[in-house]
Amino acid sequence: MKKLNYLDELEAEAIYIMREVAGQFDKPALLFSGGKDSICLVHLALKAFRPGKLPFPLVHVDTGHNSHEVIEFRDNLVAELGEKLIVRKVEDTIKERNLVDGKGKFPSRNGLQTYTLLDVISEFEFDACIGGARRDEEKARAKERIFSVRDEFGQWDPKKQRPELWNIYNGKVDKGENVRVFPISNWTELDIWNYIKRENIQLPSIYFTHSRECVLTDAGQLMATNEFLTLDETDVIVTRNVRYRTVGDMTCTAAVESEAYTVDEIIAELKNSKISERGATRMDDRVSEAAMEDRKKGGYF
Amino acid sequence: MDLLRFFTAGNVDDGKSTLIGRLLFDSDSISTDIIETLTKQSKTTGIDADIDLALLTDGLRAEREQGITIDVAYKYFSTEKRKFIIADTPGHTQYTRNMFTGASNADLAIILVDARNGITDQTKRHSIISSILGIPHVLVCINKMDLVNYDEAVFNRIESDYKEFAKPLNLNKISFLPASALAGDNVVKSSDKMPWFKGPSMMDFLETVEIIEDSEVKDSRFQVQYVIRPQTEELHDYRGYAGSVLSGSFKKGDAIQIFPSEIISEIDRMERNGVDVDEVNASEPIILHLKDNIDVSRGSTIVPVSQIPSTEKELHATICWMDNTSFKEGQKLLLQQNSFRTKAVLKEIESKIDIHSYTDLESDGTMNLNDFCNVRIKTAETVSFDSYRKNRKTGAFILINENTNSTVAAGVFA
Repeated sequence: MKKLNYLDELEAEAIYIMREVAGQFDKPALLFSGGKDSICLVHLALKAFRPGKLPFPLVHVDTGHNSHEVIEFRDNLVAELGEKLIVRKVEDTIKERNLVDGKGKFPSRNGLQTYTLLDVISEFEFDACIGGARRDEEKARAKERIFSVRDEFGQWDPKKQRPELWNIYNGKVDKGENVRVFPISNWTELDIWNYIKRENIQLPSIYFTHSRECVLTDAGQLMATNEFLTLDETDVIVTRNVRYRTVGDMTCTAAVESEAYTVDEIIAELKNSKISERGATRMDDRVSEAAMEDRKKGGYF
Repeated sequence: MDLLRFFTAGNVDDGKSTLIGRLLFDSDSISTDIIETLTKQSKTTGIDADIDLALLTDGLRAEREQGITIDVAYKYFSTEKRKFIIADTPGHTQYTRNMFTGASNADLAIILVDARNGITDQTKRHSIISSILGIPHVLVCINKMDLVNYDEAVFNRIESDYKEFAKPLNLNKISFLPASALAGDNVVKSSDKMPWFKGPSMMDFLETVEIIEDSEVKDSRFQVQYVIRPQTEELHDYRGYAGSVLSGSFKKGDAIQIFPSEIISEIDRMERNGVDVDEVNASEPIILHLKDNIDVSRGSTIVPVSQIPSTEKELHATICWMDNTSFKEGQKLLLQQNSFRTKAVLKEIESKIDIHSYTDLESDGTMNLNDFCNVRIKTAETVSFDSYRKNRKTGAFILINENTNSTVAAGVFA
């Protein structure tokens, strides 16, 4: 018998995991950011459950710092699919909980979105949240199980992870606890792009090259100028052909210089790239070596 | 291009993380920003080499502090020929359960032996676990050859020692490779320091080793994960059983039997990716439709009528106890085999396996973290299964503590 092609194998694994979620939980949800990974998740979910409806709503924790292309893309996609979308805004959480918004030149809401996420989980009593995290992104993520049990505070405890063997997933939790499920744990950035190409998956335009006005940061990264940044005359403003490797907050996600206009060109570019996805684009992981581990322990997905 | 999943077993002292770092580093799979970070960290840990490659895989703060691998880390790389998933598993006895976790899915085991020490208790334990898990292929990597002057005699002695030790084990294919992960000998490039070794480098080996697939004699198995019932106007009577083909293949029109209900029916239709197909094969996610409207739910096993599985409520199995809390008699458990779950009680610990000699010891009735035991389990519902030796997909299960929800044990049916 022939072994499956690697993309077929990764796809089969992801579909299997999604169906386990549908089979094991009462109130699952799919965390949707509008980025390529969560768009792939939606594509996989359709493969797992069509012609039925998705057995979970899409949930977007909106930091308010997203690019408008991504929000438009999200709304069009949901309208086209006829699936349910729940949006909760970090803005509202800040007001309700009297929180202090991010400050400084690049005011990040990265820490704040954990509050909104935990609030929406308890509002709808979600017992499982499917997310698009991949183990190749970051070394703390490389340690996390596919079914990652969180306590009632949403915390990940790396020392208490359940053994996870074969393709047998134990999603049993008590009321108030939830499981974060990562069906594309074993995919790399390049796998995602090869899959997007094969399946002809549509993406927001910011993934492809376009001319944009950016501010050049001290670390040499290109941040698109936008209303959320506080800039002054010392900042160096440049216009470059750029694209985004990840979709995140406009305040902490950098663009990369690129001439890649098609998926094929992006794949060729990535094969030659010497910089990791998060390294190229994220300011939030650079804080310390254990930044991601600490955020996950605090409830981050 | 296909996918090879392998795990590495050995201590940090055996150079396991260094080996993985070397595979990633020399295959150009590490980005410059990560190397930069590592260079900084390596200076703070005070390790001599320019880059401490072990820091690549030890992703948790506690691991970096202690300099050991505690939990499995997954790493990815690909070459022109294959995509690889490495489960980097811990070597210490106290983390055996994590090693068992990382190894369960693997097509191949790389067991590291320090050339200076030869086969140790740890080598034996890792090999025995690989044997219990039925890992199709084992590569014994005799590492740190640079510290024994690349001496062929050392390699030959360890190879023959290992073969002798492995005789009673259930290891189908064993290969041997001399290497120095630190110096990079025989990892990605063949070493000129060991001209006496005629085999491929580790990377060449990984790229070309045949992945042993489900043999053709394997019985066909399908298990229902989820029932799709759209209940819309146009799909009013649609009732599809979503799941993956666990082994073998199914054809449209096959006469099938459902377990545990034992009802017989026929495959009416099969969908893959939303398209009707006449045949489906192992690992493919599908939606299956039956001729008759009968009781089929999550966890039901569907097989061709000519390939009936074992069906029992009293099961014999080998399990690894994985909970920090020791086994207590009468503990309420759930047995989960893929998507099938039933209440279970562990009736008897028949014997304990000495994980260093692979001999059965008389049971004293206790079972603690990392113990391997032969047990008898009683279940509420009938389990449909195959012996793990015959089928890794339907022969494996976990035990869940009904009270704490923890996965307390993993096992294979005899």
